[in-house]
Amino acid sequence: MTGRVFIAAVLAALLAPALADEIPRAQRRSGYDAMSPQTRAMQDNESENPATLWVLDGEASWRKPEGEANKSCADCHGDASSMKGVAARYPRFDAARGKPVDIEQQINICRVERQKATPFAYESHELLAMTAFVARQSRGMPILPDKAAGAAKTVAEGQRLFTQRRGQLDLSCAQCHDDNWGRSLGGASIPQGQPNGYPLYRLEWQSVGSMRRRLRNCLSGMRAELWPVDAPEYVALEMYLMARAEGLRMESPAVRP
Amino acid sequence: MARALINVPAHAKKGDIIEIKALISHPMESGYRVGMNGTIIPRDIIHVFTCDYNGVEIFRADFSQAVAANPFMSFHTIATESGKLVFRWSGDKDFEATETAEIIVE
Repeated sequence: MTGRVFIAAVLAALLAPALADEIPRAQRRSGYDAMSPQTRAMQDNESENPATLWVLDGEASWRKPEGEANKSCADCHGDASSMKGVAARYPRFDAARGKPVDIEQQINICRVERQKATPFAYESHELLAMTAFVARQSRGMPILPDKAAGAAKTVAEGQRLFTQRRGQLDLSCAQCHDDNWGRSLGGASIPQGQPNGYPLYRLEWQSVGSMRRRLRNCLSGMRAELWPVDAPEYVALEMYLMARAEGLRMESPAVRP
Repeated sequence: MARALINVPAHAKKGDIIEIKALISHPMESGYRVGMNGTIIPRDIIHVFTCDYNGVEIFRADFSQAVAANPFMSFHTIATESGKLVFRWSGDKDFEATETAEIIVE
């Protein structure tokens, strides 16, 4: 090996982590693909999927009048079929607010502005139930990320956060989910970190949880400081993950180990 | 009332082995966990699950603290006659839940 080639090889090795590439489109996989047949069956069959319990609660509150306006979701949106495809498009850039909004925030915007009711707390049963019910309507549809002018900035910010090293372990999201997906970490397989099943029932949580909960889970796993629960960073990451998963089929509410 | 999901085939042939699945929403709080304020979260679990087929008990399970939240049971029986399957769960804090399912056996 000549000196120059050797130096080039060493440089390439040193630079490799910084140059982490996104997963090629043809290799994008839902976390479903790595699950056991039993867990897959649980997700596929509605009467076995525990997230159905949340979906049914969401369906009940869809028709229940709330707040000072005494209006239900159905009074404006009609049948839940009007929500078909919505979860596959969120988070979206809200031009009127000048910022991106994820599906949980959109539900709370409706509650505060249309129903004149108090917003649901993040990760509350009510919010998860409503999100699960809305997202259920998009099951099987391909993810269509927001391509509006305002969205690009947030997607870029999300990508920056995804590839930035953080926490005591000095890891970035990309180092696991772009560079090492499919390999093992402490006996568990590393998924690509695709957002196509949220909100989902995680067997480990014994509950339905949001994308935000998953992101907070990862942050604490990296021993990084958690952003406050309403921080814009989560929406930016969600938006980048949806752009990264363009075309993957929605599985909400999914089941994951 | 807790929500439950029951999966029983609507039709079966006499003598067929059928699979029955029952899932119920329940926290299954073990009683070993410590809450935010440092006090033990009181135990709140289901103790007994039973399934009756036309009045005859065909399946019974005793649950413990080790069973996860929203317990899911799956078991088999032989389709003998048309009728009703009654599922019962009972546990701490006077928890009682009952669900029924119909089956037609030809």
